[in-house]
Amino acid sequence: MEILRANNISASYDKNIVLKNVSFSLCAGELLSVIGENGSGKSTLIKCILGLKDTVSGDILYADDLKPCEIGYLPQNPEIDSSFPASVREIVLSGTIAGSKSLFYTKTQKETAKKAMSFFDIENLKKSCFGELSGGQQQRVLLARAICSAEKLLILDEPVASLDPIATAEFYTCIKKLIKKKKIAVIMVSHNISDTVSVSDKVLHLGEKSNFFGTTEEYRNSTLGKRFLGGETNA
Amino acid sequence: MLNSIFAMFSYSFLIRAVIVGILVSLCASLLGVSLVLKRFSMIGDGLSHVGFGALAIAGALNLAPLAVAIPVVIIATFFLLKLKETNKDGDSMVAIISTSSLAIGITVVSFSTGMTTDINNYMFGSILSLSKGDVFLSIPLTIAVIVLFILFYNRIFSITFDERFAKATGQNVEILNTLIAVLTAVTIVLGMRLMGALLISALIIFPALTSMKLFKSFLSVTISSAVVSVLSMLVGMILSYNFNTPAGAGIVLVNLTIYIIFGIIRFFNA
Repeated sequence: MEILRANNISASYDKNIVLKNVSFSLCAGELLSVIGENGSGKSTLIKCILGLKDTVSGDILYADDLKPCEIGYLPQNPEIDSSFPASVREIVLSGTIAGSKSLFYTKTQKETAKKAMSFFDIENLKKSCFGELSGGQQQRVLLARAICSAEKLLILDEPVASLDPIATAEFYTCIKKLIKKKKIAVIMVSHNISDTVSVSDKVLHLGEKSNFFGTTEEYRNSTLGKRFLGGETNA
Repeated sequence: MLNSIFAMFSYSFLIRAVIVGILVSLCASLLGVSLVLKRFSMIGDGLSHVGFGALAIAGALNLAPLAVAIPVVIIATFFLLKLKETNKDGDSMVAIISTSSLAIGITVVSFSTGMTTDINNYMFGSILSLSKGDVFLSIPLTIAVIVLFILFYNRIFSITFDERFAKATGQNVEILNTLIAVLTAVTIVLGMRLMGALLISALIIFPALTSMKLFKSFLSVTISSAVVSVLSMLVGMILSYNFNTPAGAGIVLVNLTIYIIFGIIRFFNA
């Protein structure tokens, strides 16, 4: 089932066009990685998908029952102070606010948060202070919060940028498990090209002159892919 | 000591001061947690100076002080929050606004009445300065602040912790920030009479920072701030009544003492 489709969208940042004629589509259970150098418009694209920014031309089509506010989102290195007093449970629960009209947490919301915590194996940490957790644990907490706000589409903005190699591997395992069990669609933005491509189903490469969209296999065989993945495909 | 406490509560103006004091300190401590964590804590200082200017002008024109000061300070809050968001040099702009307001206030006062006790009270606070009218206005306003805070508690946590996520998932961040700003403005103006323009910001900053020394979840910090704040208010008032010192100063010193005690406990726990 198709979740999201973008037709020839263009968008600007500070009056400069940074996205030009980008098209892609994404189905449930797929992982799309969005790669490109700094300034190639990755963050702008995310803002357009989340409905925080208007496109200059082209349109983004969502599946019938999906609204921009129902998309789970993991922000790029969230600037959260380590002295911020917040327990894991409080943070995960806050992910359920988006779709709710009730001012206080309902039973369903508490249940959603509980499921999300047990899915990412952080239930034993629910009373711990967020600032005292390791980078990998913090990332899992934020993921649990993200899936509380949406169960269909999840957008991860540079999720592994601040993780060490072991935590990165664990993170990818988590994402794979999430896609397999929940049939959720994931968009992952990254500048670490070779790592990201190896875990994804589809690739959207935002280049200076042209963009590439296709399956991972097609990307590996494309001129752009060969240039960026370099040694891997030649070896 | 105990006798003098009983004697203290036989004066109706003191009972008024205590009621308003408890309500204002509760409001300030609740809002303070969010303001401190969002790094807006010095906004209290800026606003109280604007409040002083507004009260001075209201006094000179013979207008009701709170009716003038509350709207002026609410407008100033929006302005200061916008400055903080858009201007990297927000801190110095806040200083320019607050010192200018203070200067305007002082000038207006010396042209009209001169530096009377009334003005002295606005600067340093006094438990004698609360009129019956003030109390009638203060009680419903502070209760409104507390009720709104409780109703929006979960959402306030969400935007304090991670505003970007809240925005991305479709929460109305603007309205919540506006709500916090208005509640803060009302609290500052009401608290100024008691604490003084120079000391009111302590009421916002101290309880939150003290509680963060020992507590690690948002809820426990919020509850602890409320308790610390009300306790400091009461003890501070009783002490300053007994030693005949300005109430605001006494309350800040009790807050400082609790801050140090919490710091010591944390040191020995670590």
